[in-house]
Amino acid sequence: MSKYSRRRILRGMLNGTAVSVALPLLDCFLNSSGTALASGKPMPVRFGTWFWGLGATNPIFVPKKVGRDYDIPSQLAPIARVREHVNLFTNLMAYRDGEPNLCHHSGWVIGRAGVAPKSEGDKPGETLDITVAGEIGRTTRYRTLTATATGDFRNTVSYENANAPSPPEISPISFYGRLFGSDFQDPNAPGFTPNPRTMARRSVLSGVMGEIKSLERSVGAEDRQRLDEYFSGLRHLEQQFDQQLTKPDQIAACHAPPAVTTEPKMGNEESLVAERHRMLTELMVMAIACDQTRVFNMTYSDAQANTTQAGYEKPHHTTTHEERVDDQFHYQPHCAWFSARAIEAWASYVEAFAKVREGDGTLLDNVLIYANTDHGEARIHSLDNMVAFTAGRAGGRVKTGFHIDAGRTSVTRVGYTAMRAMGLELPSWGVRSNNTSQEFGEILASARSG
Amino acid sequence: MSRPLRRLFGIGLIGASVAVGLAGFFGWNRGLVRTPPPVGSEQRMRLLTQDQYLNTLQFVFGPNVQPVVNFAAVQRVDGLLGVGTSVAGFTDSQLEIYQKAAASVAAQVLSPESRAFLVPCRPASEQGPDAACAREFLRTVGRLLYRRPLEQARLEELVRQAGQTSVGLKSFYAGLEVVLEGLLLSPDTLVVVERTEADPQRPGHQRLDAYSLATRLSLFLWNSAPDEELLNAAQSGELQAPRGRAREVDRMLASPRFETGLRAFFDDMLALDATRTLAKDSVIYPAFTSQTAQDSREETLRTIVDHLIAQHGDYRDLFTTRRTFVSPALAAIYRIPAGPGWTPVEFPADSPRAGLLTQISFLALHSHPGRSSATKRGKALRELLLCQEVPRPPPDVDFSAVENPDPNLHTARERVAVHLKNPTCAGCHKVTDPPGLTLESFDGAGQYRATENGSTMDTSGTLDGRPFRDAVGLGAALHDNPSLGTCLVRRAYDYAVGAPTTARDRPVLRDLNKAFAGNGYRVPELFRAIATSDSFAAIAPARMRHRASADPAQESLSGSASATSQPIVLAY
Repeated sequence: MSKYSRRRILRGMLNGTAVSVALPLLDCFLNSSGTALASGKPMPVRFGTWFWGLGATNPIFVPKKVGRDYDIPSQLAPIARVREHVNLFTNLMAYRDGEPNLCHHSGWVIGRAGVAPKSEGDKPGETLDITVAGEIGRTTRYRTLTATATGDFRNTVSYENANAPSPPEISPISFYGRLFGSDFQDPNAPGFTPNPRTMARRSVLSGVMGEIKSLERSVGAEDRQRLDEYFSGLRHLEQQFDQQLTKPDQIAACHAPPAVTTEPKMGNEESLVAERHRMLTELMVMAIACDQTRVFNMTYSDAQANTTQAGYEKPHHTTTHEERVDDQFHYQPHCAWFSARAIEAWASYVEAFAKVREGDGTLLDNVLIYANTDHGEARIHSLDNMVAFTAGRAGGRVKTGFHIDAGRTSVTRVGYTAMRAMGLELPSWGVRSNNTSQEFGEILASARSG
Repeated sequence: MSRPLRRLFGIGLIGASVAVGLAGFFGWNRGLVRTPPPVGSEQRMRLLTQDQYLNTLQFVFGPNVQPVVNFAAVQRVDGLLGVGTSVAGFTDSQLEIYQKAAASVAAQVLSPESRAFLVPCRPASEQGPDAACAREFLRTVGRLLYRRPLEQARLEELVRQAGQTSVGLKSFYAGLEVVLEGLLLSPDTLVVVERTEADPQRPGHQRLDAYSLATRLSLFLWNSAPDEELLNAAQSGELQAPRGRAREVDRMLASPRFETGLRAFFDDMLALDATRTLAKDSVIYPAFTSQTAQDSREETLRTIVDHLIAQHGDYRDLFTTRRTFVSPALAAIYRIPAGPGWTPVEFPADSPRAGLLTQISFLALHSHPGRSSATKRGKALRELLLCQEVPRPPPDVDFSAVENPDPNLHTARERVAVHLKNPTCAGCHKVTDPPGLTLESFDGAGQYRATENGSTMDTSGTLDGRPFRDAVGLGAALHDNPSLGTCLVRRAYDYAVGAPTTARDRPVLRDLNKAFAGNGYRVPELFRAIATSDSFAAIAPARMRHRASADPAQESLSGSASATSQPIVLAY
């Protein structure tokens, strides 16, 4: 199912096919208004995703007006706080092209991988975050970081390939330890002494890599590909060791947060999810500010959201099935409550990036975040009238503050636009009806054809 | 539930009785099961699961070495995580997890407190290299971790690296630690690559080589890597001889480690791993805590081990037995008294509870956080225990037909009746809901209730035409359902070879089913039959792999629970 795997793109480069990759944004797309690291290097531009399940309550969510001066219906209210930082896309479609509409699966897979899945087991070949990470994530400590506020380590919408989901962080304590624990190199620390044990570890790694060559002789083609993934992972470790042996550049925006010592309670009750989301977001934002990664994913609720409301017996998903459409409001009130909480979390996520000063602006100026969901009207598991967001200005490449009516075009246009903004020169993205070469040019600072 | 409960036996008796039980059990049937000409399974490359990794460490280094690890989730394939490991890939994050675990384990093994016990020799100097001592340690440990001897050149390379590092770090043990970290990070440790050789008994066919056979056996029966004795049997060639294999299998089944293996299989088959993230609405179910979720998994596994190993019980009786084990956290849900720790109990004959279906793990796992779900429970019964596939609900269906605004409908049965009247919904709900509605006498936390919203519940139901009045009757109907045993055989075989069964496995499954029934549905004997069968070690020619991206229905043995081609909606 993978159509644009990182390896394929790189092979494409080598073979001189139409697929090509532009220089990373950090080298070619920065403006000259002083957004630069303390070392004088240009500010890196980062890409992230955010996911929530079961969409929005469109009658109280979709603005009537488009453009910059759009109205804010009640469920969109939290966006008023960040409207200058985000773009809202409505009237998007996820085309099935004759494949079954797999509830809570088809929508997000199309939005992230551009292909309508054939079955529940048909996982995305490569999600767009991995594609982007192949280009801008190779120099950082982590190629990607993925977290989920659901508390369930199985909830991820990031896939290296159909059989390799990106494992999400679910524990703030564990996430803190990974990011800012004993192996963290504070870029602003006064001194630097390479650890001789790290040098020894790096040396031993080469022998481990050699063992893969031996194993490859005993397996078939499919398993050789899996061993190749193992090898890539070892290379990544090698790179991490190299970084630990190199004095990092100073980063003014980087301040290691206080240690996390308390784990949020397990559960999907909304306040617990919100707290877990807040804690994971704070850590992730600072990891990005410290340039530990340039590609990141956060899940607020899984597809088929199981968020609950204290004292209310039905989780969000069940409510979409069983709650009566209110005669007066013409929507399901409890479902609307759940969706509103997700939108609130999204607004708070965007705010967390805007709070971090970076150069002359904020961290949000140098990121682009793509947020999508699994359904349009959740009550009927619709793939019509889907909504999506972007947030951030990608180092000046993206204009913000728009509401855009997508005119029933595929949700892949948002992802395609994001990848173009991140410097990928993909001529198109997606398969069949979800294939697009049309960016949303109105949000690109230097609009390309399309 | 204030009736007196009969105490069965002392806490911890399970473990003590396992070895005794097995010794007696395997004494009466040692003949190899005659199976048809083996088809075999494909050569596999599997990931070591987190539990297999931890079990291996414990067996190699002892119980004090306990790293905190969280391996990436594996996709369930054909009902089993164990099969999913044969298609799971690797990410950078997963390798990071492996590296952190390796560093933690190596540091623990070579810590000043442990090295005297875990390193079989003393270096000439602790401040520098000692090739002989390093070689002895790495040869022994490497063989156990790699599940086959280290190649001589590789061993010498490791000894050289340990020496160099010892010089640089001015510590023999620090040098050894870094090299051990490399061994633990190696794909030879973390990935099970099965190797094959020509089968001398069947010219033109392949079989597992002796070390791969040892690994397949130990992962199946112990959920861990082979021990010295099994590796020795592989090295001598004894394991490839039928008698030699049978002897090793009997030794493994009689070992206390078999309890670990059996627990791992049922934990996988019953999808009990989901209890790790199971949580209930604390307003609606204040008695249900994270401890309850954790203990519910343990209760079910204790019941299984006690019944199948200590009691030599019939697998089907797991669904009718009144015996179980209760912790204080579970006692609050069962509303019975319980002391500290685990207490064996037997529910009285007039109790509404009997068998695994009425245990908290099944009832709470297959419910919503704030209420029960007849559909989820019915679906789980069909899929987990009978190996039937219930179709997913289709999309773009207007659920107004099943929305239930009528406040006069008090019970789930009344509400679900709306589904059953709707032909769009009825196809699947007729399959899942009748058994699920019977379990409505237990709420979403697993607590018994005689009424719902003030109304008396009708707990009668049917399972494939067999009527019953209540949950106890459902357990009895499940006990007698012919698919119960065949499903277990299929899952066990899949689990053993790490691959989903296909149509070509029908002959071996047929014979295993016959043997299972003939042995009174004794699971250890089934495991023995699988482990000693020719098919277990035979390697079939490669064909298209069952991958996550493939159509799971292709060549599947799964029986669909519904024959309808109409859109079917399951409102969970």
